Amino acid sequence: MNARIVIFLLLWPVSVAAQGFSGLGADADGFTTPLPGPVFSFPADHGAHPEYRIEWWYLTANLMSADGTRYGLQWTLFRTALAPGEAAGWQSPQVWFAHAAVTTPNRHFATERFARGGIGQAGVTAQPFEAWIDEWALKGASFDKLNLRAGGSDFAYDMQLDAQGPLVFHGDGGFSVKSAGGQASYYYSQPFFKISGTLTLPGGDVAVTGHAWLDREWSSQPLSDAQTGWDWFSLSFLGGAKMMGFQLRQTDGTVYSASTWIAADGTTTAYPDGAFTAAPLDTTKTAGRTVPTRWRVTLPDRDVDVTVAALNPDAWMALSIPYWEGPVDISGSHTGQGYLEMTGYD
Amino acid sequence: MIRACLHALLSHWGRNPVQLFAYLAGLALATALWSGVQAINAEARASYDAAAATLGDGQYDQLIPRQGNSISRQDYITLRRSGWLVSPLLDGSVGDVRVIGMDPVTAPAGFGAAQGLVGSAVTGVQNPQILFANAQTAANLDPRIKVAIDDSIAPGIAVGDIGFVQTLLGRDDLSRLVLLPDQPLIQPALDRAAPDLRRQAAQQVADVGQLTNSFHLNLTAFGLLSFAVGLFIVHSTIGLAFEQRRGMMRTLRALGVPLRLLITLISIEMMLLATAGAVIGIVMGYFIAAVLLPDVAATLRGLYGAQISGTLELRASWWVSGFALALVGTSGALASRLWQIARMPLLASVKPRAWVVATASRFRVQSMGAVALLLAAVGFALLWQGLIAGFALLGCLLIGAALALPALASGVLSLLQRRTTAPVWAWFWADTRQQLPGLSLALMALLLAVSANIGVSTMVSSFRLTFVAFLDQRLAPELFVQVDTAQDSARLEDFLTQREIEILPLMSTDTTIADQTVELYGVRVGPTYRDTWVFLDANPEPWARLARGDAVIVNEQLARRADLWIGDLVDVTPTLSLPLAAVVGDYGNPQGQVIVSEQVFQALYPDAFASRFGVRTSAPASLRAELLTEIGIGDNAIVDQAAIKALSLGVFERTFVVTGALNVLTLGVASFAILMSLLTLADLRVPQLAPVWALGLTRRHLGWLELMRAVLLALIVFLCALPFGLALAWVLLSVINVEAFGWKLPMYVFPWEYLRLGSYALIAAFLAAMWPAWRLMRTPPSTLLRVFASER
Repeated sequence: MNARIVIFLLLWPVSVAAQGFSGLGADADGFTTPLPGPVFSFPADHGAHPEYRIEWWYLTANLMSADGTRYGLQWTLFRTALAPGEAAGWQSPQVWFAHAAVTTPNRHFATERFARGGIGQAGVTAQPFEAWIDEWALKGASFDKLNLRAGGSDFAYDMQLDAQGPLVFHGDGGFSVKSAGGQASYYYSQPFFKISGTLTLPGGDVAVTGHAWLDREWSSQPLSDAQTGWDWFSLSFLGGAKMMGFQLRQTDGTVYSASTWIAADGTTTAYPDGAFTAAPLDTTKTAGRTVPTRWRVTLPDRDVDVTVAALNPDAWMALSIPYWEGPVDISGSHTGQGYLEMTGYD
Repeated sequence: MIRACLHALLSHWGRNPVQLFAYLAGLALATALWSGVQAINAEARASYDAAAATLGDGQYDQLIPRQGNSISRQDYITLRRSGWLVSPLLDGSVGDVRVIGMDPVTAPAGFGAAQGLVGSAVTGVQNPQILFANAQTAANLDPRIKVAIDDSIAPGIAVGDIGFVQTLLGRDDLSRLVLLPDQPLIQPALDRAAPDLRRQAAQQVADVGQLTNSFHLNLTAFGLLSFAVGLFIVHSTIGLAFEQRRGMMRTLRALGVPLRLLITLISIEMMLLATAGAVIGIVMGYFIAAVLLPDVAATLRGLYGAQISGTLELRASWWVSGFALALVGTSGALASRLWQIARMPLLASVKPRAWVVATASRFRVQSMGAVALLLAAVGFALLWQGLIAGFALLGCLLIGAALALPALASGVLSLLQRRTTAPVWAWFWADTRQQLPGLSLALMALLLAVSANIGVSTMVSSFRLTFVAFLDQRLAPELFVQVDTAQDSARLEDFLTQREIEILPLMSTDTTIADQTVELYGVRVGPTYRDTWVFLDANPEPWARLARGDAVIVNEQLARRADLWIGDLVDVTPTLSLPLAAVVGDYGNPQGQVIVSEQVFQALYPDAFASRFGVRTSAPASLRAELLTEIGIGDNAIVDQAAIKALSLGVFERTFVVTGALNVLTLGVASFAILMSLLTLADLRVPQLAPVWALGLTRRHLGWLELMRAVLLALIVFLCALPFGLALAWVLLSVINVEAFGWKLPMYVFPWEYLRLGSYALIAAFLAAMWPAWRLMRTPPSTLLRVFASER
């Protein structure tokens, strides 16, 4: 996922940018790199992989209150390693950070946290599952039934998640290629969460229900130098089918894309570069940047030709690493809701 | 016309180079000392700001342990995981350098050296084994420690990643937690999340800037004083230049130069010259500051532990203020003269002595002003309290004294004149009185300089005497030993008690008593306390009562701030109130202190152990060696009394160097004022001296009389300055000190010191009069004769 790799790049401008994909099991700094044909082992793989450079637990949700008001929710825990492996105490090379956000039709709340690894301030355990930083936590007896709590100085949320379908694996059985040069990550999702809970907003508590999508991804490889940003779509159509698609924008004006079609029963079809397209229809000026907030998205193989429009075009994440992330509406050949993430619009 | 006018105006300076010199030098001197002192203050303030930014003091609230000075990592994690956003700090020292460990990941944005640390993390240094410090501090660190130079870090402090600093200090705990300004909506109450920690508001953190204010106040006072003296010079020079140019102005006006143009030209001319003088002064100020700064830095470090960078930067804050002050001062002096020109009848007769003589009537006005100001000073002393009132009192006292001087001197002289019958002496007294108006500004300047010097010398010397006595009391034990753990504490105590050595174990913790942050001490009462401690005020047998757990002793700072005195109840904790048995002087310490017995302390804080020990021994060197080998205490954990005393006294020597230098500089400025007044009066006095010469007094005789007059006037000034100087010292010690720092210093009188200052003043006057007298002795008889030939 490009946004996260951009983050990664921002954090590692010197040591990493110069280095290309080695194609071997470990890179020059000793980090393990993803290889094709992964064999996942659960619940262990829900936990952290400190031998890889970067990793995240990324949750987005489309919500609605009893009065029909729509909301979006995001919670992401990032792990980035200064060196492979773990060490005790302050000597740990692991650094954690997290973002939490709530989007309403006319407001956007976002905040972030930072933590050192090795001291217990942040981390992830696989069984029972808990991903935490400070008082924020996504946890449950298993990965299927989770409780999520987070908040900032002007908002908070407390949500229950209940998985209604299986895990899905992107790319080649979870090996997701990110460029023509071969950069890749391990990438799977749980897109079938039913979610309900309470948003605490300046106007008071709001009870909400909806559906949520949790991404798990880890890698050690940055993008290629020629890639400038990323547009990532997770779309849930009426009828139960879902689609994940992303495009990496490249300096020569071309894009590298990939997508996954997820049937209502969880069976997946991965599409290679070029099958999925996304073209901006309209832009919004937000936080001093011009960001496309209405898109034409197609996947001809599945007869998908839809317009994706932001619920709140001002969903700018004004954090240490700024980007745009918010809920979207789908219309056209298919209808539904989803989430959009865009990076590199500086 | 403009060219011709300007030429005519400027030609005056060509004919009177000494006046030009006086004008430029007066302004330069005024600006120099002022901007020099401001430069030092600005440098110090910048260092304090850097320290505050580096340490977060004064910027963020902090959580500190209720007891001891250590916070466990688990407490930190518990707080974070409960929703309290805090960032850990570890405070320790390596050699002379204070080392701060911080967590760049959680530190608030813009917090001290966090940027540098994040930078190093970003460039891929894993757990950077590196400290950040400015170049000066880096040079003081062990060369084996890798240091990156970062000049934004306060002097004397090195900052590093908390993991590395823990390794460096051999610790695994934290010292305090910085509370981030933005806290989440949902979090538990702090006393539930961290019952062992106490929140300290940002402004409560002892501000080193506040501590050092007295010192800077001293410097500023000196600067302002010399500026005032410099302005006296400028004022009198401008006055004289205008008088002498009256004829020229009349001629110019008569020739048809419009008044407005004349005034404009004169203003431009004078302001340009003033600018030149101010620029010279600022350059001189820079050098004065550069020379004094190392001593000032050493003084502040020794007295308050405040770290000042030893190198001077050209900061706009001080040179602009010096420049502005010089121009404003000149404009003030100029305005009154221009007003006179504007009102001058076109063909007014030229009477050069008129302004001097006429102003003799000003004495009465001045005297009235002096009486009013001195009465106001008494009023301030009796009726008002507070720092502002203290300064108002100082101002009224000094200006009142200066204004009273001409009348006082005139009175003394007429008294002397009345008692003299010898004709030469009768003339001498009369002539001296007649010169008073012309010299009065210079004499006032000398009075200000001498009284300020007496006042400041008295304060500094009193402070030293008191402090040395205080050191003898506090440093009575021959050795001081510091231990880090309860085990070491117990072992040390066993070891020393077995040898029947008197020990003074000291337990301490920070707490809040009477709404003040105070240090609470638990002491074991023994002969050393009973014999050496001197109280400001006490009940009978205070130590015996304290030992029984029936009383507390507090320091003067707390007593004054919390308005407590002997017999009052002190709430040591919400459940324990003990009567106050004695108040002890505690000089140079900003914090309040409460002393209870060892047993009371242990009952309040059962986990506490004595981390500091005073040890009485007749053989400190051998005991020290024994402690090193047998207990394994680190060499730098044992300090002997002689070393501390030497250090403290060294600090005072530095203070004296600074004070002494400023004494000489201000007296120098004052004597320059006298020199300039005498020189400018010299030419005007020829018509008065010629008849005396014609009556038979030789020029040599007249020259000696001139010298004597200067010394005599200086003596009168000194005698007037003495009471004012002592009054000034009293205000500084008993009013300003109490208001600013919470303690009163006993005032001591130093007659020899005053005699020395007096002789300096006489010598200064003598030196200043030498050249005018020499010129008088060398006046050609033809010049004197011409007085009778050409009526003016």
